[in-house]
Amino acid sequence: MTPRQPSDDRALRIVALAVGVAAALPIGYLVWRTCEYGFSASVDVATSGRTLGLLWSTLKLAVAVTASSVVIAVPIAWLTVRTNLPGRQVWSIVTVLPLAIPTYVGSWAFIGALGPRGMFANLLGIESIPSIYGFWGAWASLTLFSYPYVLLTVRSAWMRLDPGLEEASRMLGRSSWHTFLKVVWPQLRPAVSSGALLVSLYSLSDFGAVAMMRYDTFTREIYLQYRGALERGASAVLGLMLVVLTVTVLTGEQRLRRREDLHRLHGSGARTPQPVELGRLRVPALAGLGLLTALALAVPLGVISYWLVRGVRAGEPVWPAWSLISNSLSVSLLAAAVATIAALPVAMIIRRSPGRFANVIERLSWSGYALPGIVVALALVYFGANAVPWAYQSVAMLVFAYSILFLPQAIGAVRSSLLQVTPSLEEASLLLGAQRTTTFRKVLLPLLRPGLGAGAGLVFLTTMKELPATLLLAPTGFSTLATRIWNSTSEGFLGRSAGPALALVLLSSVPMAILLTRSQRQGARRIGAAGRDQPAENAKQDVPSEVRLTR
Amino acid sequence: MAMARLPLSKTLAGACTLAVVVASCGGDNNSLTLYSGRGEDLVQPAIDQCADRLNVEINVRYGDSAEMLLLLQEEGDNTPADLYYSQGAGYLGILSADGGLLPLDEKLTSQVSDANLVSPANDWIGITGRARTIVYNTEALSESDLPESFVDFTDPKWSGRIGWAPTNASFQDHITALRGLLGDDATRAWLTAIVENKPVAYEKNTPILEAVASGEVDIGFVNHYYLYRFLAEDPDFPVANHFFDDGDPGALINVAGAGVITHSKNPDAAQEALECLLSADIQEYFASTNYELPVVAGAEPWSDLPSINSLTLPEFDLNLLADLEGTVDMLVDVGAL
Repeated sequence: MTPRQPSDDRALRIVALAVGVAAALPIGYLVWRTCEYGFSASVDVATSGRTLGLLWSTLKLAVAVTASSVVIAVPIAWLTVRTNLPGRQVWSIVTVLPLAIPTYVGSWAFIGALGPRGMFANLLGIESIPSIYGFWGAWASLTLFSYPYVLLTVRSAWMRLDPGLEEASRMLGRSSWHTFLKVVWPQLRPAVSSGALLVSLYSLSDFGAVAMMRYDTFTREIYLQYRGALERGASAVLGLMLVVLTVTVLTGEQRLRRREDLHRLHGSGARTPQPVELGRLRVPALAGLGLLTALALAVPLGVISYWLVRGVRAGEPVWPAWSLISNSLSVSLLAAAVATIAALPVAMIIRRSPGRFANVIERLSWSGYALPGIVVALALVYFGANAVPWAYQSVAMLVFAYSILFLPQAIGAVRSSLLQVTPSLEEASLLLGAQRTTTFRKVLLPLLRPGLGAGAGLVFLTTMKELPATLLLAPTGFSTLATRIWNSTSEGFLGRSAGPALALVLLSSVPMAILLTRSQRQGARRIGAAGRDQPAENAKQDVPSEVRLTR
Repeated sequence: MAMARLPLSKTLAGACTLAVVVASCGGDNNSLTLYSGRGEDLVQPAIDQCADRLNVEINVRYGDSAEMLLLLQEEGDNTPADLYYSQGAGYLGILSADGGLLPLDEKLTSQVSDANLVSPANDWIGITGRARTIVYNTEALSESDLPESFVDFTDPKWSGRIGWAPTNASFQDHITALRGLLGDDATRAWLTAIVENKPVAYEKNTPILEAVASGEVDIGFVNHYYLYRFLAEDPDFPVANHFFDDGDPGALINVAGAGVITHSKNPDAAQEALECLLSADIQEYFASTNYELPVVAGAEPWSDLPSINSLTLPEFDLNLLADLEGTVDMLVDVGAL
């Protein structure tokens, strides 16, 4: 067991609690608004036929998007990690890039390209093609622009898997399919479920896709209540229902994770496995990846370019003003840094002292993740204008809002890399007389780098695209690429919004590509360096003793 | 990792400096804060003009009209805003009913060409007019195919051919106006009949125009001015506006208007800014660049657009538009939302 002083632990607990409480501010606001709305009125809203109908359509969408994201992401992870797929390195970056495309841009592009009388139908000269509006449209655009959440977590888990286990299974006569089901899949499951958690909660909160595709969900209803009826009470009730849904899903995931912690830790990658020869599978694999890339990248970029050309002809600049770019980049970088730092104590509590307290903190930090941005933003407007007017409408407040909104993405990434760190390393450092802070700085932090980087990267990307909180909380007059796109499209200046849209996608893609390339290189180095010194049996010692005790 | 290697202390120091610098901006006597539900592309040039002319700094927050109103409601007494500029009269009516707006000077309210363009409480004023019209696909229809009155789109021959935006504020304002004009029962019956014609729902006006142009639907219920922007980019855009005759429920005007916030720290400058927005050259700008209808006497509408006085200014109180909730309930009841 990691030696620790009670005082040290208490400090960590207090910091983690503070993060959890800050993240739960919007929930406090919702509870207050609901109380103000009145008990019976709230019950009426919550149990009305319309609400129950929305609950069903929302759940249907979330489940479908999550399932299809897993179905898309797992084969891609396998192809790019374990096979001799031609252009593996390129594919492994390209398949993650759809994450850089905001759903409000992507869905709009889909309608322009694949709508009933869109460019595609015109090209083929077809009079009418099946409607993409409604469930299928919302499902397709949410899946195509959020499956990379699963892909990222599964890929990094797969890179860490010890191929020795699979080889043993094969030598013992199991087929490769059987080996996948019985040996690989159980080890991947925690990564799949944490990616699926991000996708499912994201699809609960998304407004862009469901609004464009005209599919009724909780989030769309909340917007309708706010915008149409300016009704804060009913919106709060619906928001709280989303919170309950989030906590339920999260509790399920926590259970699943507890059962599977041992698998996750198995082996830290003994050596580079022999890549699987794709053989005849190469053609369908490339065709599938090509189709996916066409839909999730080429269609949106194509439609944006079409409008860009029209805009430029009408005299619009290709590249947006520098201030928009620097505003977008600076708040996104700040949010990435703050969210990642805030995620660290939460992740450490979850790892060091799993139990009720850690579970509560984790649930608090996640509780607002499925809430539509407008709900969190209005909660912070109320809190900011009335409790901390000196900080209201400042960049600091905006960054705080982003950090609350996207904290879970950082927690997930930091937590999984923390779980890979053997506690014996910290113990050794302490035994050799190093201070706790020195141990943290010199031992833990360098090992956590990939996780911190991945978490910060996700928060950065999501912040670049964020719209509702930016519109409400940014300093007055502070425009970003996202607000610029919104401003122009909402008044019908499509040519004018294409430049900022393209800049947003490109500026998000570049850091992501760098991040991915580095992590690949690092992964390869680590696997190569670990070599023979680490027999598979040793993997057992990687299990933190706490985890063993809880079992 | 790129992110993790950023020196943390520097990032944090940067964050703090930035926050302090930004937080300390604004608040002085020579600046105004405007919450605008109207788009940046539409109004920023006019605001820049007025800021120059009055020698004040005008900071503008752009967003959805409803969201900007929610923002004012949440901020309460602590709002930094001096002015609210809304896309429609409905939200101004709500704010006025809450006591959120200051009464305006008579020299301001006397400038508009019709008494219906000012709130009865004299606390907000129309800046420009927007006519509700229908657009039709000129390849599929000629103007003579269109019904005599807006209410006749209940005819089954329009089944599946109508595009509308039931969640859009302008549309909802139109329905609220119909309720004032025809009464609740007739409006509900009309909506029910329209819903039976299976109109195609869009998020807002622009996608309706795109859909009409592509032939996805043949006609759409929209505001009049979106079309001219499409025509400016593409003169062959196969869509035209149809204005119904004066007095028809389809020829209603809604105004974009503005008022001074009760908690404004600079109410005099705020009124001056409104006055500037009503000055002849700014009205001219709105008319010629945004194709909106000017509200002050003497200012001419763009090209052959009808003047605001030749269309139906609702004879009832524009503040009735504040009953948005009743309209949303009705739209939900008939299955439009």
